[in-house]
Amino acid sequence: MGSSFANLRPVYVVDGRRTPFLKAKGPRGAFSASDLAVEAGRQLLLAMPFSPEALDEVVFGSVFPDATEANIARVISLRLGCGKKVPAFTVGRNCASGMQALDSAAKDIAMGRADLVLAGGTEAMSRYPLLFTPEMVEWLVAWGKARSFGARLGVLAKMRLAYLRPVLGVLQGLTDHVVGLNMGQTAEILAHRFGVSREEMDAFSVESHRRLAAAADEGRFAGELSPLIDAKGNIYDFDDGVRRDSDMEKLAKLKPVFDPKLGKVTAGNSAQLTDGAAALLLASGDAVKKHGLPVLGKLLDFEWAGVDPAQMGLGPVHAMAGILARNSLTTADIGNIEINEAFATQVLACLRAWNDGSYMKNEVGDFATGFGPLDMKNINVDGGGVSMGHPVGASGARITLHVLNTLRRNGGRKGIASLCIGGGQGGAVLVENVERADG
Amino acid sequence: MDNTFTNFKLELDAQNIAWLGLDKADASANVLSSALLVELDGALAHIEAHAPAALVIYSAKKSGFVAGADVNEFTKATDEASALAIIRRGQEVFNRIEKMPFPTVVLIHGFCLGGGTEMALACRYRVASTDEKTQIGLPEVKLGIHPGFGGTVRSTRIMGGIAGLEMMLTGRNFSAKAAKKAGLVDMTVPERHLRTAALSLIKKNAPPHRAGGMQAIAGLPVLRGITAGMMRKKTAEKANPDHYPSPFAMIDLWERYGGNERRMMEEEARSVARLIVGDTAQNLVRLFQLQERLKGFAKKSGQPVKRLHVVGAGAMGGDIAAWSALRGLTVTLQDRETKFIAPAIKRAAGLFKKKLKDPRLAQLALDRLIPDPAGKGAASADIIIEAVFEDLQVKRDLFARIEPVMKPGAVLATNTSSIPLEEMAATLARPGQLVGIHFFNPVPQMPLVEVVQGAASSPAALDAAFAYVGAIGKLPVPVKSSPGFLVNRVLMPYLMEAMVMESEGIPAALIDAAAVRFGMPMGPLLLGDTVGLDICYHVGLVFKEKLGAQVPPKLEAMVKEGKLGVKSGQGYYDHRAGKVRPAAGPSTPEMKEITDRLMLRYVNECVACLQEGIVADADLIDAGMVFGSGFAPFRGGPLRFARTAGKAALVARLEELRVKYGARFVPNPGWNAL
Repeated sequence: MGSSFANLRPVYVVDGRRTPFLKAKGPRGAFSASDLAVEAGRQLLLAMPFSPEALDEVVFGSVFPDATEANIARVISLRLGCGKKVPAFTVGRNCASGMQALDSAAKDIAMGRADLVLAGGTEAMSRYPLLFTPEMVEWLVAWGKARSFGARLGVLAKMRLAYLRPVLGVLQGLTDHVVGLNMGQTAEILAHRFGVSREEMDAFSVESHRRLAAAADEGRFAGELSPLIDAKGNIYDFDDGVRRDSDMEKLAKLKPVFDPKLGKVTAGNSAQLTDGAAALLLASGDAVKKHGLPVLGKLLDFEWAGVDPAQMGLGPVHAMAGILARNSLTTADIGNIEINEAFATQVLACLRAWNDGSYMKNEVGDFATGFGPLDMKNINVDGGGVSMGHPVGASGARITLHVLNTLRRNGGRKGIASLCIGGGQGGAVLVENVERADG
Repeated sequence: MDNTFTNFKLELDAQNIAWLGLDKADASANVLSSALLVELDGALAHIEAHAPAALVIYSAKKSGFVAGADVNEFTKATDEASALAIIRRGQEVFNRIEKMPFPTVVLIHGFCLGGGTEMALACRYRVASTDEKTQIGLPEVKLGIHPGFGGTVRSTRIMGGIAGLEMMLTGRNFSAKAAKKAGLVDMTVPERHLRTAALSLIKKNAPPHRAGGMQAIAGLPVLRGITAGMMRKKTAEKANPDHYPSPFAMIDLWERYGGNERRMMEEEARSVARLIVGDTAQNLVRLFQLQERLKGFAKKSGQPVKRLHVVGAGAMGGDIAAWSALRGLTVTLQDRETKFIAPAIKRAAGLFKKKLKDPRLAQLALDRLIPDPAGKGAASADIIIEAVFEDLQVKRDLFARIEPVMKPGAVLATNTSSIPLEEMAATLARPGQLVGIHFFNPVPQMPLVEVVQGAASSPAALDAAFAYVGAIGKLPVPVKSSPGFLVNRVLMPYLMEAMVMESEGIPAALIDAAAVRFGMPMGPLLLGDTVGLDICYHVGLVFKEKLGAQVPPKLEAMVKEGKLGVKSGQGYYDHRAGKVRPAAGPSTPEMKEITDRLMLRYVNECVACLQEGIVADADLIDAGMVFGSGFAPFRGGPLRFARTAGKAALVARLEELRVKYGARFVPNPGWNAL
């Protein structure tokens, strides 16, 4: 199981910023993935007493950056004015890419290779491309090779209208490569296995929207959310996926989208396609002292676990079990938890699995008992992916930042942020609310 | 080969190609002085004698090819005959290049202006580097002259009559890409390929480029008259031939002699000789030198300004922030809420797109402009500029919040146009850090910025302000802290006089037409409407209190009725139907009195400013009023105008007006010292 950072240098979170999470409404969103990350990053950095050139590196997670944004972390770094000398790299762990960025950055600080790292995640799902079918690509290659008039006529004759049917990049991205299920179908499998009803899912969804609306109204995102302004002067200053009029009656009318007709998972109880970014500033104790930085908390440990790709939604159960065991903790030690809401049923299934001793013993391992129960009352207290959306590369960074802000507000000590990961994994980070660096 | 030249490097390579590097002695940029041209002639003779396979001309300087002719020599030309001799000699040197029996290639990287472009046009082939610094043009028109070393002949031959004239009439610079499109250069390549490109052109040995298609057809004798007539009409919309003769002289040259190159060359020289000794050229050249003097104020300081914080995202603050981000600074822009910042971001996006063209550069500029409603950027800024509401208490409260978080050494600046710095400094812990940095509206178009020295302003803070103004490509003028500083102080009586005349029943359009006729970019009443009549009124009240000026009752009435000018749709003009164009019209007898009333109050106030030491000398008044308010450039500035018109005559006229209209025309005592 390995060990935590405990015997290495501590890793502090100085602060973090995120953009509003913007629901994909059809046409391309106003911002690319790097645009989003730059806004979060520059708002975070402008409050810092050092210039962006003082960073040691920039690490971002992103699942599908634009074709013009190869190694998007470097694009972000240069656009933030970090200068040519600050190296940057992009990480991918599908839905947990933003959390992977924090882990990679934290490791560099813990090992002593870096003191100040900007890390986060970004995703512009509304800008996922339309792709040509493989048949169309082959046809275009043949057309390119045909030189004479006759040859071109021959190639032209082979053209089929069906080749022109575009492939949605977003559907391809959200379909498991090995088992061939899309993410919604894996959620249906969990619903079936753990007996989650359509009503329970819809009730979860109503509650998620209620919590998000309440958090926004009470200003609980004020410390982390920075508005976006587009080139036309339009302002985007709230998570616009929220449905304040959401109720059971309206949700009941929606049709299942992944298992048409017979399924239970609808657009209403799933995370929406969304654009957003979050950025955190991580620092060593030395850097905190050198620059006189504030401290929001500490990253104590990360855990990654593999699960059945067809039941990828259970990933958090395995990752959280691992991280609690390694740090000799129980749920009683944890003040707040964020479990990313890819699907209502997926979080509900995680809770049922966690609270089911036989699942824990048989599927997670002998060590995975006696952690204590999980309860939604201290999980996702300000809403989650079902209401806010899940920009895949960004969510891991957002929930880590938010659990720290929640602990600070509630005076809690330790917290966990966790996600399920397409392809069959779970990730979790253990954080601690501390106000200053040790020593 | 001989290589003992002062201003050149000359080498013959293994393929017998001569490489002539321009490297003016003791200068950072190549300027075509008379001495350099004489030496060039000798170098060319030397090259000819060696009969190389080809000649390649390049710049051995780090920056640019050739910046043009030596402007300082222009002012020394006192009579037409000696000017003609100098021009003829230059023509002969370039003719010598053109007549070389072997291929000649010029390599252009960076600026290539005026005489530099004329030299390039004399070569058989031109290669430009695609670097963004490459700017090729014939900007002589801006100095009141036109190209004189064969530029009018060769540009119209190579690019065609319309394209060549258009380049010279506008004086605009071409990027490498635009130059290629216009036929001005034969090839554009990245800098690293310049020499290889020269070799490939020499090897290919193609005939030199000449304009073809429509450009050639427009130059045919039967059509030349019509084309010239159209261009003359278009040019007259922009410039008055009485004020600016040079563009019309160019069109005449091409129309009359376009078919005869030898004759056109002779007439080109005569025309430039005539223009160069004229008032317009002499005044414009002087302004060019004054502009260099203003730039010099920015150069003496050491600390580069990298981060700017602007408080107030209105028209002024927003545009100051945008312009500074455009010029490479990282800027945080604060206002009470994001909704007050968003319109400034929108304007900035438009500005960046227009100025930078390349969407990637525009994106980076937007990335440098950071909305900052919480004002967190103030703590790390090198300069903080406030452009908030003109209210002493509002500004004091703001400074009370900002001063404690400022970096040590950071400068606090105010864009106020009416509140004395000393009153703001009174509540500061470190009043030495406060200076005025006063921009003009619209910021992107107005080149001048007044740097205001308050009683307590420290030299270091002033230096930082000058450095900042220079870094964003504006012209700083040092002014004393006094109501209205220089530009507004001088404009106010002029505006008020126009308003008084309008109340007397003189039509607004006639008053404005008189000012435009004099050479102002727009009349005073349209200017008032554009600035905002409420602002005029507000500044007028300040002047009334501090300087005893009068505010026309009608202005007050209009402001109370909500007639504020362009922004409310109504003012002295009705703006609801669309943009009001500056009034124009032929000179009429009644205009004389109007012009005198306007311009004598204007000039009298300039004399007052000089007398009170608002700026250090008369030249700075001329520079300030031309670059800050568009005072007729061909007149060389208001005090230059006064000297030209005759001091005694103007004072006598002021006395006449005083008798007729009252004490506001009393000649300032400073006239005696002028």
